[in-house]
Amino acid sequence: MSTPATKQETPLTLETFTAGLWKENPIFVMMLGLCPTLAVTNTLTNSLAMGAATIFVLVGSNALISGLRHFIPKQIRITTYIIIIATFVTLVDYLIQAISLDLYNALGAFIQLIVVNCLILGRAEAFASKNSFNKSVVSAAGMGVGFTFALACLGSVRELLGSGKLLGFQVFSDNFEPWVVMILPPGGFIVLGSWLLLFKWLEQRRTRKIIRTDAATHCTVRQNP
Amino acid sequence: MNTPEPPIPALPSSTTLIGKLGVVALISGLLVAMVYEYTKPIIAENQRAALEGALFKVLPASAESRLTYRLQDDRLVRVPDNTPNNGDLFYAGYDKDRKLVGIALTAAAQGYQDTVRILYAYDPYNSCITGFAVLKSTETPGFGDKIDKDPAFLENFQCLDAKVNDEGSALAHGIRTVRHGTKKNPWEIDAISGSTITSNAVGRMLDKSGQLFHPVIAKNLNLLENAQPATQP
Repeated sequence: MSTPATKQETPLTLETFTAGLWKENPIFVMMLGLCPTLAVTNTLTNSLAMGAATIFVLVGSNALISGLRHFIPKQIRITTYIIIIATFVTLVDYLIQAISLDLYNALGAFIQLIVVNCLILGRAEAFASKNSFNKSVVSAAGMGVGFTFALACLGSVRELLGSGKLLGFQVFSDNFEPWVVMILPPGGFIVLGSWLLLFKWLEQRRTRKIIRTDAATHCTVRQNP
Repeated sequence: MNTPEPPIPALPSSTTLIGKLGVVALISGLLVAMVYEYTKPIIAENQRAALEGALFKVLPASAESRLTYRLQDDRLVRVPDNTPNNGDLFYAGYDKDRKLVGIALTAAAQGYQDTVRILYAYDPYNSCITGFAVLKSTETPGFGDKIDKDPAFLENFQCLDAKVNDEGSALAHGIRTVRHGTKKNPWEIDAISGSTITSNAVGRMLDKSGQLFHPVIAKNLNLLENAQPATQP
């Protein structure tokens, strides 16, 4: 039995892409794929490379899964998704080795570990298996860019404070004493926690503002019916 | 009145499931094979360039050509320079008068994060290890990655004793890493404070490689001296 297509599929809109950037950001909102988030964000270069690798795997696997969604039987869907995801991880592994060995060594085992990133399997199961090819690709690209944005947020702060550099270029003077803890695992937790705190605070502020505006509108309507 | 129960969909047969899984696996296999074939020469070229860079750094400046050898059952076999190095190769450097000036060997051991792999220089006349270049390391930035930057640690390799014993069967003294500030013998490596695991890995890998290669090199020194190199380092 093949997985049936959704009866009422929502159309492809800009929201399909932008949802992953902010409203459903994989790291800052859904808290998915935190293992590479904490492990490879010690420099901005590593963060961007990991982000690019994840986009490739996410878009490639979602495209293939969506294309084969009527062919893949429900009973073996997870096995099939894992095979497809592992295929794209192997491809990205070869491609990074071909692009730069230094980058490949810097990312270490985390390239291969993309295969167990729950963001990718999660998108395959929750979205690509139920939506059209175009929509799955656009949504995967949005999620991937959102994931990369979050990695870059962490990587830039950690590299700047941990070594006084950004993308390998010296930013602070030699008098700057690097906070080595920032490029170590605890630094990942500290910076992630700080970003989450900031985004939560911004969201709460926005919600309060909306409530205040609504209340003010109601009062004006009552006074001037 | 009872509502009729929805019909239970029939399960597909095992043959169908296996067949469909096979089709997906076939598509995956084709994709992997295509990209592997495309990237294979590029990866090999990158690895060769990385090794060439390390050889240039490690071998003495006077080295103008080199030869590659494989250790095979206590014998040295000359192999083409582009032979992939699986840890059983070493490189002999020669100056413009075709005189042997140094040997470069690879060594590897488990570090803190992953395997650390280095290319080190061995002077067969003074039985010393005289320096190294890191080929692969994912050690902790600011700690384990200091092995090729820390001046005090690099001082260990001005002439690290790697002499072969009188029987020619092993190193006279096993190379080992000691706690920072407690080095007493020329075959000991003074560890970097705060990077003990990576420092220990360097000691272990040099000892392992030295015990395996140095006795054979000492036995076959004449063969290496009389070889006629033609390639550039």
